[in-house]
Amino acid sequence: MAVLTAPKIVSSRSEYADSHSMSRYLATDGFTALRKALSMHPEAVAAEVDAASLLGRGGAGFPAGRKWSMLRKAPVSYLVVNGDESEPATFKDHYLVEREPHQLVEGVTIAAYALQVSQAFIYLRGEFALGLERLQQAVNDAYEHGALGSNIFDSGFSLDIVVHPGAGAYICGEETALIEALEGKRGFPRIKPPYFPAAIGLYGQPTVVNNVETMANMPWIVNNGGAAFAALGQGRSAGTRLFALSGRVKNPGVYELEMVKNTFRDIIFDPALGGGIVGDKKIKAFIPGGVSAPWFTPEQLDIPLGQDEVAEQASMLGSGSIVVLDEDSCVVRAAWRITKFFSRESCGQCTPCREGSGWLERIMYRMEHGGGRREDLDLLLDLCDNIAPGLSWPPQQTTICVLGPSIPSSIHSAITNFRDDFIAHVDHNGCPHD
Amino acid sequence: MSYLRPDIRQRADELVSLYPQKRSAMLPLLHLAQEQDGYLTDEGMAEVAELTGTSPAEVRGTASFYDMFHLEPVGKYVVGVCTNIACLLAGGEELLDHASKTLGCAVGATSADGLFTLEETECLADCDIAPVVQVNHRYVRTTTPDALDALVADLRNGRRDDEIPPHGTLIRVRRNGGLRAPRAQVAAEREAAQTAREARAAKETK
Repeated sequence: MAVLTAPKIVSSRSEYADSHSMSRYLATDGFTALRKALSMHPEAVAAEVDAASLLGRGGAGFPAGRKWSMLRKAPVSYLVVNGDESEPATFKDHYLVEREPHQLVEGVTIAAYALQVSQAFIYLRGEFALGLERLQQAVNDAYEHGALGSNIFDSGFSLDIVVHPGAGAYICGEETALIEALEGKRGFPRIKPPYFPAAIGLYGQPTVVNNVETMANMPWIVNNGGAAFAALGQGRSAGTRLFALSGRVKNPGVYELEMVKNTFRDIIFDPALGGGIVGDKKIKAFIPGGVSAPWFTPEQLDIPLGQDEVAEQASMLGSGSIVVLDEDSCVVRAAWRITKFFSRESCGQCTPCREGSGWLERIMYRMEHGGGRREDLDLLLDLCDNIAPGLSWPPQQTTICVLGPSIPSSIHSAITNFRDDFIAHVDHNGCPHD
Repeated sequence: MSYLRPDIRQRADELVSLYPQKRSAMLPLLHLAQEQDGYLTDEGMAEVAELTGTSPAEVRGTASFYDMFHLEPVGKYVVGVCTNIACLLAGGEELLDHASKTLGCAVGATSADGLFTLEETECLADCDIAPVVQVNHRYVRTTTPDALDALVADLRNGRRDDEIPPHGTLIRVRRNGGLRAPRAQVAAEREAAQTAREARAAKETK
């Protein structure tokens, strides 16, 4: 049975149709956390976030507090919020920005105060036309309310937030590519080191880049204390998290659940959550954390929804998006489409990613559409091995960013678990499902 | 003489003043140029270059990286159908094929009457209502062929124009607060800093 006792931390207003309005926000404790934070010392606010043990909600799961502590104290530094949400099947930030934009603005303001940063940018995916409108409105509302701008709530602290639209590029979710885009350039990830923009970021200045959901947690953490947040969840996975469930389930959607206390079986099958598979079919496989993650099979349904719990099984909770394939879903087609995505979105800087993704896509295409050969299975795995040597998890890296090493996940998973499906495609000279 | 319409030029100037460096306004300015013309014209990109202190080649080179920018004319309605994983499992490919027949144009092409451009998109982050369809980057939530046909009929008659404005993801985005100093002052300070930088650079290269 699913454990649904935890408070809603970032989606508490979801029951209201006007959850995106300033009046609703003010009527539901809006900006109380910011007032409290401004009465505290900035380092005390940062200490609460550190005590919360909040892992970044973007995909990599790096502790937010530690990221903050790396910010070099410099005359100019920036806070950049990553709302470029483009990992396939991830739609939680879209949900947060459209439904609770003020919470994000308040969270960003609290974080900026803790970091003593006076300029923040929220980089929002360009395809979120409504999200951009609502977020800009929330920023406008905050200025009018005195919760943003010069001398916020007479505290002496000032902050300007600029809502920056992206323009369609998956790679800009990678933080250094996002910074390049924010500087008005092509979204090419930067060479590492430096590994973190906290050293050299926007305009060469120290910069913290945090995900939208990470920021949305700030008001609750300040109001309730970091310890209360850390008391939820288990181990390294504290608090709650938004899980985006899609694919062949009866009730796809965004669910805020306490970390670790529920399993994949709970979120997929519980009547209050996913409700089971469409048509009560059998589940064939599921992707636990975005299409960059290696797949799981039904034997792994009882793994808890936690950072380390999933990592121990050689995959990742990643962006918190779960995609369910049922017994009738074609795994070859699924892996081909995911590979096509990476091929289209590779920025082209590194050869293994640029060339490898295209080669893999073409072989997967003929496997699915006719012309596939038995020896293609070895060829596919060999190519995957050239991109991420050893095909281990976490993957070895041959490229500037992690897009490259993410490419083999779906093909490697599909061949390892469903080799017979590939053989059937070869024997049938195309997809037997067609 | 500005190529961009006065109202768009004014928004462009305001956007430039929001950033510590002018070039940062590149993506929003390109959205504005596209809002005016439906796609990025040479004249539009030249003005963006002037506004951002870059060359037209740098502007084109940047614009061509991003999927949302069109370097050729597109239809009044850009219809995007997602076929990525969640949509694939919900019949996204079939819906895209159907859209191609209904609109009378191939994927990536524009219909003969210039009304529609059809695109196969990557994940649009609305996966619980799959397959996802956007028109001019507005979620229309038509998941079946019948619903899509009804939508297209509505679009042909202009019945959805209120909720689906023309090109431009920023068309209804207006910033009315902010900047602690007046925009003109900020712009003047940045201009002076830029001039100083250029003078320094010129001195160093001599």
